[in-house]
Amino acid sequence: MSTFPILPALVLVPLVGALAVLCVPRGRTELHRMVAIVFSGITAALAIWLLISFEAGEAGFQFVVSKTWVQDLDIKFYFGVDGISLFLVVLTGILFPLAMLAAKPEHDEKGYWFWLALLEVGCMGAFLALDLLLFFLFFELTLVPLYFLIGRWGHGRRVYAATKFFLFTMLGSAFMLVAIVVLAILAKAGPDGGVSFDLLRVAASDSIARTTGRWLFIGFAAAFMVKTPVFPFHTWLPDAHTEAPTAGSVILAGILLKLGTYGLLRYGLFLFPEATVWLAPVMLTLGVVGIIYAAIVAAMQRNLKRLVAYTSVAHMGFAILGLFALSTQGVTGSVVVMINHGISTGALFILLGYLYERRHTFEIRRLRGLQSVAPWFAGVFTLVMFSSIGVPGLNGFVGEFLVLVGTFVTRRWWAVVAASGVIFAALYLLWAYQRVFHGAVDDENRAFPELRMSEKLVMVPLIVLIVFLGVYPKPVLERIEPSINSVLEHVREVNRKSNPDFDIPIGTDAPTAVSSIEEEVGS
Amino acid sequence: MLNLIWLVPALPLFGAVLLVLFGRRLREPMAGWLATVMVAGSFVVAVGAFFALRSHEEHSFTKILFSWIPVGSFKVDVGFLVDPLSMTMVLFVTGIGALIHLYSIGYMHGDKDFPKFFLYLNLFVFSMLVLVLGNNLLLTFVGWEGVGTCSYLLISFWFEKDENASAGKKAFITNRVGDWGFMIGIFVTFFAFGTITYAEFLPAAPALAASTASFIVLMLFVGATGKSAQLPLFIWLPDAMAGPTPVSALIHAATMVTAGVYVLCRVNPVIAASYDWVPTVIAWVGVLTALGAALIATSQMDIKKVLAYSTISQLGYMVLAVGVGAYWVAIFHMVTHAFFKACLFLGSGSVIHGMHGEQDMRRMGGLRKFMPITSATFIVSTLAISGVPPFAGFWSKDEITGFALKSSPVLYALATLTAALTAYYMGRVTIRTFFGKPKWPALNSGVVVGAAGRPGVNVGDSVEGTGDNAVDSDVAAEPDDVAALIAAGVMDADVQAFPEPVHADDLSAAYEPHESPWTMTVPLILLAVGAALGGLLALPIGGWQFLEHWLEPVFEHGNPTPTPYHGGTLIGLLATGALIAMVVLGASWALWVRSRIDVHRFEPAAFVRGLYYDLAVTRFMGGPGRQGAELLTTFDKAAIDGAVDGVGQATRWSAARVRYVQGGYVRAYALMLSIGAVVMVAYVLTTVMGWR
Repeated sequence: MSTFPILPALVLVPLVGALAVLCVPRGRTELHRMVAIVFSGITAALAIWLLISFEAGEAGFQFVVSKTWVQDLDIKFYFGVDGISLFLVVLTGILFPLAMLAAKPEHDEKGYWFWLALLEVGCMGAFLALDLLLFFLFFELTLVPLYFLIGRWGHGRRVYAATKFFLFTMLGSAFMLVAIVVLAILAKAGPDGGVSFDLLRVAASDSIARTTGRWLFIGFAAAFMVKTPVFPFHTWLPDAHTEAPTAGSVILAGILLKLGTYGLLRYGLFLFPEATVWLAPVMLTLGVVGIIYAAIVAAMQRNLKRLVAYTSVAHMGFAILGLFALSTQGVTGSVVVMINHGISTGALFILLGYLYERRHTFEIRRLRGLQSVAPWFAGVFTLVMFSSIGVPGLNGFVGEFLVLVGTFVTRRWWAVVAASGVIFAALYLLWAYQRVFHGAVDDENRAFPELRMSEKLVMVPLIVLIVFLGVYPKPVLERIEPSINSVLEHVREVNRKSNPDFDIPIGTDAPTAVSSIEEEVGS
Repeated sequence: MLNLIWLVPALPLFGAVLLVLFGRRLREPMAGWLATVMVAGSFVVAVGAFFALRSHEEHSFTKILFSWIPVGSFKVDVGFLVDPLSMTMVLFVTGIGALIHLYSIGYMHGDKDFPKFFLYLNLFVFSMLVLVLGNNLLLTFVGWEGVGTCSYLLISFWFEKDENASAGKKAFITNRVGDWGFMIGIFVTFFAFGTITYAEFLPAAPALAASTASFIVLMLFVGATGKSAQLPLFIWLPDAMAGPTPVSALIHAATMVTAGVYVLCRVNPVIAASYDWVPTVIAWVGVLTALGAALIATSQMDIKKVLAYSTISQLGYMVLAVGVGAYWVAIFHMVTHAFFKACLFLGSGSVIHGMHGEQDMRRMGGLRKFMPITSATFIVSTLAISGVPPFAGFWSKDEITGFALKSSPVLYALATLTAALTAYYMGRVTIRTFFGKPKWPALNSGVVVGAAGRPGVNVGDSVEGTGDNAVDSDVAAEPDDVAALIAAGVMDADVQAFPEPVHADDLSAAYEPHESPWTMTVPLILLAVGAALGGLLALPIGGWQFLEHWLEPVFEHGNPTPTPYHGGTLIGLLATGALIAMVVLGASWALWVRSRIDVHRFEPAAFVRGLYYDLAVTRFMGGPGRQGAELLTTFDKAAIDGAVDGVGQATRWSAARVRYVQGGYVRAYALMLSIGAVVMVAYVLTTVMGWR
């Protein structure tokens, strides 16, 4: 392993990029774009290098960097990456340059590229941070750039959408901040039993009382459930997506939503194993409701972007379901869903951006027969759509199936109901596809331009990933699983302190429904 | 040779990849030839593998390619299982697939998306081969979904017409209902056995609790009712006829729709371990589907619709065979059906091709003289499906009815009634298409049909026309009936039984039917040979039961019912079957060629409208189903989002009182929230912690 501090570099390079954009004179619009793309390209290269040098089969954190910030409170610049965050970091690295290449702002270029670059800093930092306060800072840092991106470069009711997005997520974060501070104090995990914001030390602490733990868990969960979003906290998302500029939508769906599910795993399951098991039935139910409810509502949307926004709620329902299934397959599947949803939905939003550039509308009824005038566009859209529907052989299926099979082994009936989501997913997407791409083309759409070469090139990496991760997901799975197993073992160990019979299927354990979980819930 | 089994699916996949990359440059007909050669290559490899398997000391051979989804105890490989069952499937899928590819080169001539069609066909064959060769349930499911996806793409191939696009969507979504069952079946299997690899869990099945086994079987059966178009999910298959006819032959008759039957046969030891009533349910679903679809088929006017309902009916026979424990017979009928139904579909495609797109039998007739090869092969296949000895269908169908009798006389009676109906409707199709007087607007002959011959144009008009025989009066009467139904609100105007003639807007488009090119007739002839001689695979005579013995190793753990009848009883059953087929065919001839009675009464509206089942489902989905979804959407807007906006408004109202503090800018809020956070942290640090 090299001594190059790759993790801080992943955060600093886009930050330097953002500052560099600021230094470019206002008139040089093309240069702004180039600077932003070059820096996020370097970040992507670093992320891929990280992926290559990551030691597979290791459960713990790698490339750990720790520098004291506030000594007495044990606050640190503390970064590390494990199997759970690895692919989210890589996804962030890849998706940002693609989103930047896919769409340009119509005005105020300088601010646009600055905020977009800054957004990457927040995303990278949040996935890499191992210090509670550091995580919170990065988590919040993602809010402001996106607020401005939607509010200034968005469509139609952009100010309403941006405000709603900001207030919603800020409200959730307020609860989390309180929970973080209280946790850091009560955990007594610092040297000499003092305050500590160190994630690993806090997790190892056992000085949090059961009820306190549950309240703190709810505090964290509030922020993450809004962010994910979990039904019924989802209504900000369709508005935000509909009005956001293309790059904003791509990043919002592709990366930011995963901060919610990632947070629930890292700062929920890992920090509060007892409260997790306690609240699991509620979370599982909300996940299942989200899968089916959002799918039905999606089918009824008249705006294509709103429709895709609701599909995100449904997909995130799968991620939630897998997390709280508490089995290796379920939680691993959940992380795989996060990755694949980022790729597929990111690709969908890029395509919708291309569509908007051509027709200046997302209204389904104004689009018709596009397949006959733009067969390549339609072909690429079809492939991405099948990935989102979860057709096996493409990436979307792997995560969804693992979540369902992992849920079935611990929570049979939730899985049976959730599996019906596969029917609805086909319904809303195929119906929308039919209305937009099939049929005879009308005069309004006859001049729809075919996908240009530059646009095809943006789609190539995403399509390669869609096919590759569907056919050969093993390299991803074998890197994620050890970290998942170690989290689950922690969950099992902690729960066994209060309930010696507690068991969950981890790794190669035989698949058996966990009656003890249900008993625990009943008590 | 067995080690090369991966080539069988790999070749069509390779073809598909080449067509994605170079399809547009290859164009017509090279793209078609490329695809055909790939599938033919698969067939050659499969034949080699077949002989290798026969000389192999074991009954099965597994080839693992790579580990696909390994997570903890859940381990799934991409691996192929070669055993007599999968080998049989592979042989007829690649063999018939290659013939249909060849046929398509002629049929799709001149289509603007010619290369894309072959890309989808190759992709389909690849998926189908993964389905039958997969060594575990999940890989079978990959193929299962893959063929469904290709089916969607091919049904809506001519997407510019809304009906075609809707039909593709309907097929995919209906199948997804079945897929839900299949997935649950996989979950339960994994849960019960800890593995979903056939070679590992099937031998362990006898030890399984009957309740768990029943759960698995019923869930997989839900999947099978989707893919194999059984009650209650069969509604997608008649609509699927919107696709090009080779697609109907390959996907919706010979191969994909048999996948459900294949999966049930594959898991036969689990069926054996389940409760006794489980196979009974399967048998009854099969026989009722067979009967219902046959009834509907008697009254359809579209030649492809008849064949579609016929396919559903024949699939019902196969499911019935599974239900009564006659697994090898199900496979036997699957193979013979693949021959004669593919031949029938391709024959109908040849007719449609020769008639410039016409599909309505009321505008056909007398084609025998114009299309000798097509009509000869069609007649052979009709005899085969009707159960006339010695053609293939006779042997396989009578095996099924024989096994059904062993199980229950009621099943036997229903199956035999269905056989009689089959002979009737197939006689009707053949006679109306190839015999009698021509009823199309011909070029130079004197049989130009007037207004009454083009009833689609004048729905509800007076029917005094040139109708010169009973068949024509039937033609004319139909639209009245349709109009009455529309008036009564029984059916929607957009689902009329009588389609607009293809040339309705162009009355000068008279034409003369012609025989199809050799690329189309050669496959017809080869398939007709199969339809005639397929029975040789398993004659009920000692020493001729090749298929039964060949498949024995696969089914020996599933407690298959032994061949029930011998000697006199067997001959009696065979004679009964043959007699019924021939008598009914004769009656059909008498009715449709000789008779002057009003044949229209043999086509009651209920059968024309598919027993109103499809209509009821469509009505429900479009009515209460859609209203419910809209209600939920309103709820999302009004209640959930409304609550949020309500809180916002309440805040704004109170904010009006403190507006000097808050300017209404989120920027300011953000600043204040940040300051607040800092203050709070500072408070905690100073007061609580006593820090400095």
